Amino acid sequence: MAECHPVGFQWVMEAKARGAKLIHVDPRFTRTSALADIHVPLRAGTDIAFLGGIINYVLQNDKYFREYVVAYTNAPVILTEDFADTEDLDGVFSGFDPEHRSYDFHTWQYQGLAVQAASGERDQEYEDRGGQDRERVSAVREAGRGEAHGSGGAKIPSGSPDTDETLSHPRCIFQVLKRHFARYTPQTVEDICGIPQETFRQVCELLTENSGRDRTTAFAYAVGWTQHTVGVQYIRTAAILQTLLGNIGRPGGGIMALRGHASIQGSTDIPTLFNLLPGYLPMPHAYGNQTLDTFIEAESTEKGYWANMRAYMVSLLKAYWGAKATPENDFCFDYLPRLTGSHSTYETVMAQLAGDCKGYFLYGENPAVGSANAKMQRLGMASLDWLVVLDFSLIESATWWKDGPEIETGELRTEDIGTEVFFMPAAAHTEKAGSYTNTQRLLQWHHQAVESPGDARSDLWFTFHLGRKIREKLAGSTDEMDRPILDLTWDYPTQGRLAEPDAEAVLAEINGWDSNGRPLASYEQLNSDGSTVCGCWIYCGVYANGVNQAARRRPAGEQNWVANEWGWAWPANRRILYNRASADPDGKPWSERKALVWWDQEKAMWAGHDVPDFSAAKSPHYRPPAAARGAEALSGIDPFVMQADGKAWLFVPVGLTDGPLPAHYEPQDSPFRNRLYTQQRNPVRQVLPFRHPDNRLQPSGDQPGSELFPYVATTYRLTEHHTAGGMTRWLPYLAELQPEFFCEVSPELAAQRGLEHLGWATVITARNVVECRVLVTDRMTPLTVQGRRMHQVGLPYHWGVAGYTTGDSANDLTGMSLDPNVHIQEVKAFACDIQPGRRPRGPARAELVASYQRRAGITEQTGMEI
Amino acid sequence: MADGVPGMALAEQPRQWGQRMAEALAGEQDPAAVSGYPEHPPRVGFFTDTSVCIGCKACEVACKEWNHVPEDGLNLTGMSYDNTAGLGADTWRHVAFIEQRKPLARQQAGLQHETGPDGFRWLMASDVCKHCTHAACLDVCPTGSLMRTEFGTVVVQEDICNGCGYCIPACPYGVIDQRKGDGRAWKCTLCYDRLGVGMEPACAKACPTESIQFGPLDELRERAAGRLAQLHEAGVGDARLYGADPNDGVGGDGAFFLLLDEPEVYGLPPDPVVTTADLPSMWRHAVAAAATLTAMVGIAVAVGRVSDRDLDVWAVPTGGAASVARS
Repeated sequence: MAECHPVGFQWVMEAKARGAKLIHVDPRFTRTSALADIHVPLRAGTDIAFLGGIINYVLQNDKYFREYVVAYTNAPVILTEDFADTEDLDGVFSGFDPEHRSYDFHTWQYQGLAVQAASGERDQEYEDRGGQDRERVSAVREAGRGEAHGSGGAKIPSGSPDTDETLSHPRCIFQVLKRHFARYTPQTVEDICGIPQETFRQVCELLTENSGRDRTTAFAYAVGWTQHTVGVQYIRTAAILQTLLGNIGRPGGGIMALRGHASIQGSTDIPTLFNLLPGYLPMPHAYGNQTLDTFIEAESTEKGYWANMRAYMVSLLKAYWGAKATPENDFCFDYLPRLTGSHSTYETVMAQLAGDCKGYFLYGENPAVGSANAKMQRLGMASLDWLVVLDFSLIESATWWKDGPEIETGELRTEDIGTEVFFMPAAAHTEKAGSYTNTQRLLQWHHQAVESPGDARSDLWFTFHLGRKIREKLAGSTDEMDRPILDLTWDYPTQGRLAEPDAEAVLAEINGWDSNGRPLASYEQLNSDGSTVCGCWIYCGVYANGVNQAARRRPAGEQNWVANEWGWAWPANRRILYNRASADPDGKPWSERKALVWWDQEKAMWAGHDVPDFSAAKSPHYRPPAAARGAEALSGIDPFVMQADGKAWLFVPVGLTDGPLPAHYEPQDSPFRNRLYTQQRNPVRQVLPFRHPDNRLQPSGDQPGSELFPYVATTYRLTEHHTAGGMTRWLPYLAELQPEFFCEVSPELAAQRGLEHLGWATVITARNVVECRVLVTDRMTPLTVQGRRMHQVGLPYHWGVAGYTTGDSANDLTGMSLDPNVHIQEVKAFACDIQPGRRPRGPARAELVASYQRRAGITEQTGMEI
Repeated sequence: MADGVPGMALAEQPRQWGQRMAEALAGEQDPAAVSGYPEHPPRVGFFTDTSVCIGCKACEVACKEWNHVPEDGLNLTGMSYDNTAGLGADTWRHVAFIEQRKPLARQQAGLQHETGPDGFRWLMASDVCKHCTHAACLDVCPTGSLMRTEFGTVVVQEDICNGCGYCIPACPYGVIDQRKGDGRAWKCTLCYDRLGVGMEPACAKACPTESIQFGPLDELRERAAGRLAQLHEAGVGDARLYGADPNDGVGGDGAFFLLLDEPEVYGLPPDPVVTTADLPSMWRHAVAAAATLTAMVGIAVAVGRVSDRDLDVWAVPTGGAASVARS
């Protein structure tokens, strides 16, 4: 966190000054470790084993927050007899379909009701509702529905599941969880992660001693934590642990996702992702004859706030198509694009290579350096008809056709490349107004300070005027295909010499207005009859009373400690989500020390320091009548209001593609066998679509050839540079602080391989080979894993061939193997070789990779097994 | 020397002048007042608490941005994450990174190396011009380019500096430096231009963890003493203040530090002494000699025995006078 989020780290330092203990878990001793009380180095890619070990400690030693767990989680719920665990099936859950490499979730259900998907893959049961098209259903699975409903849960049917509040029924989720993690012992943790048992015991004790009524513990992670073939399950494991300890919905608790870019949270709220509409509404699939009604039927839930999905969706369609969206035409629901499968960034690369994807916009993104298997990213771009790059500098993604590594090796020749590349200089954040949404879902407005110089323009300017010009060109068209574009409301006011669209006008549309044009104050005002307009339902209220609430900057000293008047947080300016859980079932704070919101008996209202994340007048003793729907159907003790049952899910009966519980699997490329199961890797990870000569995977564990890649590598950022370097490598003041691509190795590894401090090293995987300078440092430590001394190689991934400081790209080494829920690449843990000296030049570079592939016996089948 | 003690009348008698020099070069005092600001704001400075430095180098970048200090080369030094290497004409803040095989109080580094002592710590510290109470750079500047400000800080005036370079060997910390291709001397101004309009220096403003604290020196010293006691209580026995003592060889620094090891570890001199410390005694000797000479000449004139050769000594101030005195 000190490395990648130094400004945010000030709050950690403040907590430390007030007595907080800081535990840092990282393969490397970083700037964060330097300030931590305990640094826990572990083998990259083993976090589920580590966290699972802590869960086991918590369960075996009765360290969980029992009242919280019984009242607010699904721990008491009893599963049907059909469920079989990885412990029973040696590493896979029941419902595994080896042929399609997918899970059928039907055996993961609650007894007493046939559950429907909650958070995420709500549409999984399309077949159950008479959907006939097997291919289409499989396409849905691939489309990563796990991301949908990032703000809430998937659907479960009406009725009440069987429960056992004593948590002793053998099939209640609590007992299932206990059995599932029983083998994640301190010895297992030591064997898999390389963490000594004594250190592990200390971490367990610190965590549990600091959780409960009077104390809470927070987890903070940077997004590298998700970059694994089990990325979603990493976060799930942390969520299970924090829920068991009662650290969710309470001050000082939670799991903080520290996002890598400014407004990366915003880019999923108002998404740049293929499978989402604003506010985590799912993008419809190309099912035949689907109407708005059948879509809502499939996607909304019966209980909780997702039951109002129709109001959110219709208000969005009204924001898109205004007066053209009417009840008679389904509010232009048919205008929305339809998904035919997964179109993640990596499938897009494959589609480029196949010639199916012909054009590509890159807004402030440098995949030629920053995405996994950067070489394939460049080859994909070389297959395009056109490419538009909007950035500050001529980044590698704009210049690969003349100076990319493949030009040097002869794999590409400039004169053979047909891609037409357009470079659009971009405005910096100081040159445009807009909002950032970051960790804590906090929107903060930034004002334009100066106009952008020369031809530089904001992305808002570019998008608005591109749309305007396209609409001009299509004007008068009678082709039905053009209606969605021509009918759009595309009337944002512009200002200034550059005709910059007014960003506040966009914010006002996102917030929405009623039939009289008055700004809405809350998503509870949204209607499903077309009388309200709202561009993103979870942001409704950010422009309440016509005031830009995100621009509020009241100093900390002039308000309470929750600081609700600094910026604006979705939903409804709540700073801590699910904060009903900060009070006990009767509505009293669990302790005075950790009081946040509480039930005020006299006023019959929820009150507190934060905005209560609960119906303001719903008593803790409210129990819904059987016929209740939506928010009304949640009881006074259901704090997780976005979940269909109002409970935190320790076990996910529906919504995840790779299992209801996390299990430790080895990374795609690993020098170790899975110590827990015969199943080596996540059985439903995404690899098959990426079979390609430039994306060869490696033998793992004890397979022959794995010995050629004996070291574990991990990629990361340095404080001095930002991601793929587009914002930093061109700046002399930053370039001079970290002027060269280097690797970090321990003195022991340096001795083993003959690497010299400040000398050169060549790092090799089945994909590619790179060279870098060597930093031999005590901060890299060998670990003992499965009785073997193991070394790790650290590789910052900022560099590329262009810019003021240049170097090879670490992402040339990484492969395309993805998490199946959200399609994120595994770049934080892979196996490699490292040798002293510089890499070969020209065609010899590819030849070195080929020789490793030959010696390791790598074929197109390698690593593709289940 | 008049430049080094602004506000002093040139007509002042040498004896008084030497006395003031002696006062100016020893012990605690108010440098702005001594420099002739009868009314002035409190002396300000930096307290750099290295125990909370996270090595983000925001101070280095903010300093360069605000002061238009040029980039000075892409050099991978191999000294941990320190690719700046040291203070100089083009580096007015420098963050040192020190990797050590010894523990930091009760911190558990968790490393499992095969040889060598257990324990590991990574020290980071942002260095800067010390703005000495007794600033030798200022004492030796012949042009008046180096000046003491009303805030008690020491600033080079770039439009006056003639690039003579006297200040460079004078600095006991090796801070001030001549810029290549420019010749003039450059160093931290403690953002004199920002202080004048009530803003804190750029580095302190940018520091996310309050490792660099700016303020009135008295307050900073008090805060530092409290922080030191706190760290000692927490078992960080190595913690010590550096440059905080007004009775040290430079009369205390305007920019002082809390370090976690010996100063040498951070590249700082262990016991810096203002290089012009001997000037008062040198001047006292010179004044005595001049007085003797004057007396001798007076006597000589009075008795009418002055030879041409004796009178020539007026062209040679001290040494010549001394020789006359001996004759």
